[in-house]
Amino acid sequence: MADMMQFDLVSPERRLASVEASAVQIPGADGDFTAMANHAPVIATLRPGIVTVQGANGEEKFVVTGGFAEISPEGTSVLAERAMPAGEMTQEVLDDFVTAAVAARDNATPEMHDQLAKQVGDIALVASELGLQAKV
Amino acid sequence: MPSLKDLKNRIDSVKSTRKITKAMQMVAAAKLRRAQDAAEASRPYTERFNAVMAGLAKAAAGSEAAPKLLRGTGSDKVQLLIVMTSERGLCGGFNSSIVKKAKSHADKLVAEGKTVKIITVGKKGREQLKRDYSEYFLDHVDLSDVRHIGYDNAQSLARDVIARFDADEFDVATIFFNRFQSVVSQIPTAQQIIPAKFDEVESEAEQTGMVYDYEPSEEVLLATLLPSGVATAIFSALLENAASEQGARMSAMDNATRNAGDMIEGLTIQYNRSRQAVITNELIEIISGAEAL
Repeated sequence: MADMMQFDLVSPERRLASVEASAVQIPGADGDFTAMANHAPVIATLRPGIVTVQGANGEEKFVVTGGFAEISPEGTSVLAERAMPAGEMTQEVLDDFVTAAVAARDNATPEMHDQLAKQVGDIALVASELGLQAKV
Repeated sequence: MPSLKDLKNRIDSVKSTRKITKAMQMVAAAKLRRAQDAAEASRPYTERFNAVMAGLAKAAAGSEAAPKLLRGTGSDKVQLLIVMTSERGLCGGFNSSIVKKAKSHADKLVAEGKTVKIITVGKKGREQLKRDYSEYFLDHVDLSDVRHIGYDNAQSLARDVIARFDADEFDVATIFFNRFQSVVSQIPTAQQIIPAKFDEVESEAEQTGMVYDYEPSEEVLLATLLPSGVATAIFSALLENAASEQGARMSAMDNATRNAGDMIEGLTIQYNRSRQAVITNELIEIISGAEAL
C-alpha cells in the first residue's frame, strides 16, 4: 500500500473533495504530472483538464479550468477557478466553457492570444476525453 | 379621540403589517443560512489562495519586474471606489452604513486633491450616492437578476475593473462592503484590491517553513494569479455582503415585528378603555333617564 496524503480540491464556490489519496494526476500548465506523498513542495498553475485522484475508494475524476495546485510532502491542494466532478460535466456546461474561452481568445491582446487559444484547445481535449463534442 | 371603528381599523392594519414583517424575517433567516453557507464554502479557497499569494508577493515585492497589479502605477491620483450595497431595501442601516463609509472616504480623497471615480454594485447604494456624488459615477453593476452570487459575477466585475486599470483609468481601487460579524453586527469595511495587498496574511512558507518550487516561474505565476486574486477578493466581499444584508434584514424585521406587537398591545388597551367608556356612558344615560321619570 502506497503512502497516503491529504488531497483537497476547492473552488471559490465549494469544497469538492477532501480525501486521502495515494496519487493525484494534475494537468499542469507546462504538462501533466502526478503528485504522491512526500513530493517536493511545488506550486504550479493549471490548464483546463482532468484531475484524477487515486483514493482509498478507487479513482475519482474532476474537471478543472485554470487555477493552481499547491503540493507539499503532506498533501496536495488544488485551487481551481471552476471545478466539478467529471460526472457533472454536461454538454451545456461544456458549451458555456467553450463560449467563454472563445470570447476571451477573440478579445485578447495579440501577446495573450496564443495562450488563450491553447486554453480553447485544452477544453476541446477534455471534452473529447469525456465523450462530449466541443463546438469550437 | 379616535372612534372605536378607527381604532379597530388601526389594530387590524398593524396586525397585517406584523404578519408581513414576521414573514420577511423568516425568509431573511432562511436566506441568511444559505448566504452563510456560501461564504463558508468559499473560505478554504480564499485562505489558501491568499496564503500562496502572500508568499509570491513578498518574493516579488520591490522588484522592478513585479506586475503592475501588485506594484501599482506609482501614483495614487485617481482613486476608484467600488461600493457594494443591496438591491433591496428594508434591511435597517445596512446600505447607509456602507454609503456613509464610502462618502467619508471620497470626501477625504477629494479634499486631498485626488480624483474619485465610483462604480456601484447594487441599486440601493447608487440611489443614496446619486444626489451628491453622481459626477463621479463610472459604472453600475446590476445584480438584481442574480439569485445566488456565483464566482462568475465576481469574475466579470474583476475583468471589467482590470481592463479599466490596464487602460490607466485609475491608480488605486478600493472596495466597500459590510463584513459579516453576526446577525446583529455587520462591519462596514474598506479593502484595497489594486494594487494588491497581502500584508496581513501570513504566507504559506512562513507557516510551514517550506521552500516551494514554482512552475512556471514565480513571475509568470504571479502574473496569472493576480487577476484571479482581484476576482477572489471581490467574490468574498460579495458573499460577505450578501450574508450581512440578510442578517441586517433579519434583525430589522425582528425589531419591526416586536414594535408592531407593542403597538397592537397599546392600541388594544386604548380600544378596550374607550369601549368601556362608551358602555358606561350609555348606562348613565339610561339610568339618569329612568330616574328623571
